[in-house]
Amino acid sequence: MEFLIWGALPYAVAVMLISGLIWRYRYDQFGWTTRSSELLESKVLKVASPLFHFAILVVLMGHLVGLLIPMAVTNWLGIDNHDYHRGALIGGGFAGICLVVGLVLLLWRRSTKGAVLRATTTNDKIMYLVLATVIGLGLVATLTGGIGPGGEEHNYRETVSVWFRSLLMFHPDVAAMQAATWQFKVHVLMGLTLFAILPFTRLVHSFTAPLHYLFRPYIVYRSRGDGKTLSRTARGRGWDPVGTPDNARGRR
Amino acid sequence: MGRRVMAQVAMVMNLDKCIGCHTCSVTCKQAWTNRAGTEYVWFNNVETRPGQGYPRGYEDQEKWQGGWIRTKSGRLKLRSGGRFKKLLTIFASPTQPGIDDYYEPWTYDYETLTTAPLGDDFPVARPKSLITGQDMAIKASANWDDALGGIAETGDQDPIVKKLREQANQQIKFEYEKSFMFFVPRICEHCLNPSCMASCPSGAIYKRSEDGIVLVDQDRCRGWRQCITGCPYKKIYFNHRSGKAEKCTMCYPRLEVGLPTVCSETCVGRLRYLGIILYDPEKVTKAALADEQDLYESQLDLMLDPSDPQVIADARASGIPDDWLSAAQRSPVYALIKHFKVALPLHPEYRTMPMVWYIPPLSPVVDLLKSQGHDAEAGGNLFGAIDALRIPLEYLAELFTAGDVETVRLVLQKLAAMRSYMRDVTLGRPLQPELAEAVGMSTEALEQMYRLLAIAKYDERYVIPTAHVAEAHNLEEMACSLDFEGGPGAGGNGAFASGSGRPIPIALESFAETKARRDAAEASR
Repeated sequence: MEFLIWGALPYAVAVMLISGLIWRYRYDQFGWTTRSSELLESKVLKVASPLFHFAILVVLMGHLVGLLIPMAVTNWLGIDNHDYHRGALIGGGFAGICLVVGLVLLLWRRSTKGAVLRATTTNDKIMYLVLATVIGLGLVATLTGGIGPGGEEHNYRETVSVWFRSLLMFHPDVAAMQAATWQFKVHVLMGLTLFAILPFTRLVHSFTAPLHYLFRPYIVYRSRGDGKTLSRTARGRGWDPVGTPDNARGRR
Repeated sequence: MGRRVMAQVAMVMNLDKCIGCHTCSVTCKQAWTNRAGTEYVWFNNVETRPGQGYPRGYEDQEKWQGGWIRTKSGRLKLRSGGRFKKLLTIFASPTQPGIDDYYEPWTYDYETLTTAPLGDDFPVARPKSLITGQDMAIKASANWDDALGGIAETGDQDPIVKKLREQANQQIKFEYEKSFMFFVPRICEHCLNPSCMASCPSGAIYKRSEDGIVLVDQDRCRGWRQCITGCPYKKIYFNHRSGKAEKCTMCYPRLEVGLPTVCSETCVGRLRYLGIILYDPEKVTKAALADEQDLYESQLDLMLDPSDPQVIADARASGIPDDWLSAAQRSPVYALIKHFKVALPLHPEYRTMPMVWYIPPLSPVVDLLKSQGHDAEAGGNLFGAIDALRIPLEYLAELFTAGDVETVRLVLQKLAAMRSYMRDVTLGRPLQPELAEAVGMSTEALEQMYRLLAIAKYDERYVIPTAHVAEAHNLEEMACSLDFEGGPGAGGNGAFASGSGRPIPIALESFAETKARRDAAEASR
């Protein structure tokens, strides 16, 4: 059972993520958008959205460092475990708190501002639930996951990180993950869920971060005949009819 | 290597003829934005001047940060900031207008009218918000100050009135409602140097190299909404339902088959002119860097003379087909803009090189003279009145020439000269060729201009070359060769079948579909 979860499931999730992204990119470019609600409400958004997004970028960097850089490397660099964890706790904890505050503000905005709530689809609600759970569990793991049930010290860099890197080598070290505390296990499990549903939610916008904007020319010319001007979006997906009942009925 | 020449579809509107009926807005809306998420979107709207415009006060670029500015080092920069700043503020666009700056769209609860139980009171259809679905109080709409409605209250909020007052440093009494009102229909300017395009992080907004029409690729738009800040005319809208930017398409499916845009076709005043101009794309940026009041001239200089043999040779070398060249030579838009020089760009100071130009209205001046008991079409009276009406002139100059009053004065004098001269022609009175001389034109030119502006024949107003035949053929060739009846490519519509990625020009497709339907109906009879 544990082998299925820690040895097979991550690969299933990876396949789902990658193939989902390719499928969506190929057949639902029209749906690939942030679906911003700034038009409908901007006061709260202006504070909460940058807070959330910048925090999640920091958290992402923290995860990459924590998961990818083996303990041996930091030890070799002369950073001892205690210092590392203090740094991670301060930096990561601060970003984590910003992230949670941002998310709470965004969720409050979404649920109390009528126009924004109305623009929220069922898909969005499921996504927010999973996202909030992952972030909440992440904070729980950071704060309480350092001590095992028997009171022994638990270092995720010796369990989760080792397991994560073993996945990249296609030789899953299930035992390493089994040794992690329950907080980390649940966090990872929910994280996998999030990645699995990601291609089918509005979160796909994170995969088209427009960094090429820094390099492209300001004025874009395109020929009518170059074929790029034609939609690749599947039929049946597109603009919706107007009207109050239609708004509710056609909701995606 | 010769100079590169590109063609651009452009429009001129003769404001003297606009009666503010909003037919263009309504037909445009029915054709293009009658959909969820675009309830508040008006690709075409008609604004009363003086007035706030739509969205309200959009011309205040200190507030809305649209268009370009010239930096101290002499470079063009987006007013809202460079590339890094745009990316850093992408999570919450700092100056995007909210729905309240437009208006909260609504419908009425019409059903109550028929389903209300019998009672003493008449049932009422209450307004229901199309944003929240709840009952709402209507506070504004796209033309809330139509025909100067409420101008006594809102007149000060017109950014141009505000600016003129600051400059005059005195209280100008609001007597506009007595002397001065006109309508400005607005669509996307299809600029040569579009700041919406430059603002788009995804690169989803593009200019068609054949005809210069600016479009949003609905597949590539990711909803970063920077274009809405970038466009100083606020003619890019955010579809809050689909999460994509949308804008006026210049009715390109119609233009491609030689038909005028919906707004032009349905205009009861016949005030719109459509045609193409030729320009040199390499010079656009330099032209956009001119001093504010020289931008009108520098944009005129961009437009190439389609009868010049060198231009014709360069255009041919740049791949512009011959029917397009001949259309450029007959272009009413070129004639009004560059030959007669009576059309002016809207807000050239935004440095986007707009391509929808306006003939400023003489009618307010004529109306005023008439109301004072003068002969409103006598040349001398009109010329005198144009000079006397300082405020309307300054107002028009703020709209069309970045404040250069002289240019506007000359245009109005040309229109006045044409009126007076042609009145004598019509009434068989002795002609006054000195009227033409006074505005630096020949009497023949006045008569040609009269023909274009007053007679305004359909095929002289709209000179639209069709999408080139050879190219249309190429598009057909690109269809799947296995896609014949019963062939492996003739799958149904769906994600993995021919429904996606099959290039058919829209106009041809709808023709083919109509024909297929008709053939099927006939076969079943």
